[in-house]
Amino acid sequence: MASISIRDVIKRYGHGPKANQVIHGVNAEITDGEFVVIVGPSGCGKSTLLRMVAGLEEISDGQIAIAGRVVNDIEPSERDIAMVFQNYALYPHMSVFENMAYGLKIAKVPIDEIKQRVDKAAKILELGTFLQRKPRELSGGQRQRVAMGRAIVRQPQVFLFDEPLSNLDAKLRAQTRLEIQKLHNELGVTSLFVTHDQVEAMTLAQRMIVMNAGRMEQIGTPEEVYHRPATTFVAGFIGSPPMNLITGHVDGPRFSVDGQSFMLPSSAPRNGELILGLRPEHVELVPSDGSWSLKVEALEMLGAERLIYGRLGGALFTVRLDATLPPPKIGETVSLAASPDHLHWFDAATRQRVA
Amino acid sequence: MVERRATLGILAHVVMILGMLIVAFPLYLAFVASTHASQEIVQAPMPMLPGSHFWENYSAALTGHGGGAGSNAPVGRMMWVSLVTALVITVGKIAVSLLSAFALVYFRFPFRSLFFWAIFVTLMLPVEVRILPTYKVVSDLGMLNSYAGLTIPLIASATATFLFRQFFLTVPEELVEAARIDGAGPMRFFWDVLLPLSKTSIAALFVIQFIYGWNQYLWPLLATTSEDMYPVVVGIKRMIAGGDSGNEWNIVMATAIMAMLPPAVVVIFMQRWFVKGLVDTEK
Repeated sequence: MASISIRDVIKRYGHGPKANQVIHGVNAEITDGEFVVIVGPSGCGKSTLLRMVAGLEEISDGQIAIAGRVVNDIEPSERDIAMVFQNYALYPHMSVFENMAYGLKIAKVPIDEIKQRVDKAAKILELGTFLQRKPRELSGGQRQRVAMGRAIVRQPQVFLFDEPLSNLDAKLRAQTRLEIQKLHNELGVTSLFVTHDQVEAMTLAQRMIVMNAGRMEQIGTPEEVYHRPATTFVAGFIGSPPMNLITGHVDGPRFSVDGQSFMLPSSAPRNGELILGLRPEHVELVPSDGSWSLKVEALEMLGAERLIYGRLGGALFTVRLDATLPPPKIGETVSLAASPDHLHWFDAATRQRVA
Repeated sequence: MVERRATLGILAHVVMILGMLIVAFPLYLAFVASTHASQEIVQAPMPMLPGSHFWENYSAALTGHGGGAGSNAPVGRMMWVSLVTALVITVGKIAVSLLSAFALVYFRFPFRSLFFWAIFVTLMLPVEVRILPTYKVVSDLGMLNSYAGLTIPLIASATATFLFRQFFLTVPEELVEAARIDGAGPMRFFWDVLLPLSKTSIAALFVIQFIYGWNQYLWPLLATTSEDMYPVVVGIKRMIAGGDSGNEWNIVMATAIMAMLPPAVVVIFMQRWFVKGLVDTEK
């Protein structure tokens, strides 16, 4: 087990003035035994970052250290890591046993020990009856478990997961998520997990790194990221449906958007151009008082809850409503009350959190 | 669209049987001719049924006791030369093109695409076009009348390199990365992963290249002058003397039949693999 430190890491493709920089100086300290999830939209550089930790991509600038040892120039096989790939990357011509044993065989581990380690991993992952099968005879979920087994038998200091669940169907994904959690509790190995799925990130992470366009937007526990998003990007990315973000002008207790003015339930940190963030679950419908009025444009029934889409002073706005409450009609104008403790304020220019 | 109708079925079978007869008839004639004494075949209506000289003719051909006007080299020796030549060409071609495709796909080196295109361009040049310079080189190196001379010029293969390159390109990148993390070096990866995955392509190429090697005619004709280095295909030609000389057609035909056997055996035994190699790839 080991800590990982990522210091000012930059990745660029190509050389000279034409170089295309895709990661712009990422810093993160991951402590021993921690489970950290890197989440972001596709193309944000999260996989590239993981692959630099793995040693599959060169580090253009900066440093990555695993267990205090700088690994910039160390081959992947010598970094004491194991990686689980999105499409499993099992060797198709080898049996499950051979797949899991291959790394150990190359490392010249004695055959008895290989057998013992593989059996142990197979037991943890309930793969015992499949050891002699070929990958193509297994289902997606089973293949995924073999890929994890291959990682476990190496007894690495760090596990790296590159979107390992995205090829599974929804049910299996939830189940495997739990298995990964259980596995981490049992083995306690430092893990870095890349995903674009915020539910995966929220449920698995002890801490999460939110990335966008090659930059780290925020690092923190899922609670911190959800309750105190550092930027409008994080606010909009984490949480489903996403947080409502309304650009307007604050003047004392008044917030004006496109000429329309609303009374704030709690005071803003300062006057001027600000972005108000309000989660759909932190707004309720109230009997008409005229201040926050929303013209309903569409409704969505999700089972336990109902989403109401409308416009608030010209800006798109979503409200989450308990499905047991009577829904408004489309075209109707309803009144809203925002929870005073759950207003998020961001600077309109820098898009950073204000207070 | 598959309809089952009796007339269609009959028609299809008639066409197939006719086609087969057309292809098989000359072979049958060759076989019949190889079982008669030499005088019997040259008579006006040629016998259409196998004769009684099967063993005589075949053993005469194999040991070289034909006594015809042309070459009387023993066919046993020629078959051996052909077999060695075809096998060396096949194995050599597969080995060389596997390795060069491996280099082209998995290594970054200067002028990589130039090399690829250079190989690709040679696809357009058949043996015949470069046969004179090749002959000059081989003869200067003193390789005429040797296995080296018969095989080495034919080993380089753009087609096979291209085929393996295309196959390697379809192997998922993650497999390479997984192997890197498992600690497999390039040659280890080649040996443990790439080679087993290429099994079916190798089998398909083996069949094609073996037949190619076995059926080489023009090059061995130039590169060999001594009877004991004739491959069987050249040997047949040498057996037939020109003009009105009395050729022992029965012996020639026996040789032809024997020359046909090894490629047929290879095709029959490797057919399953061959088809698999052309149709699917295990990934």
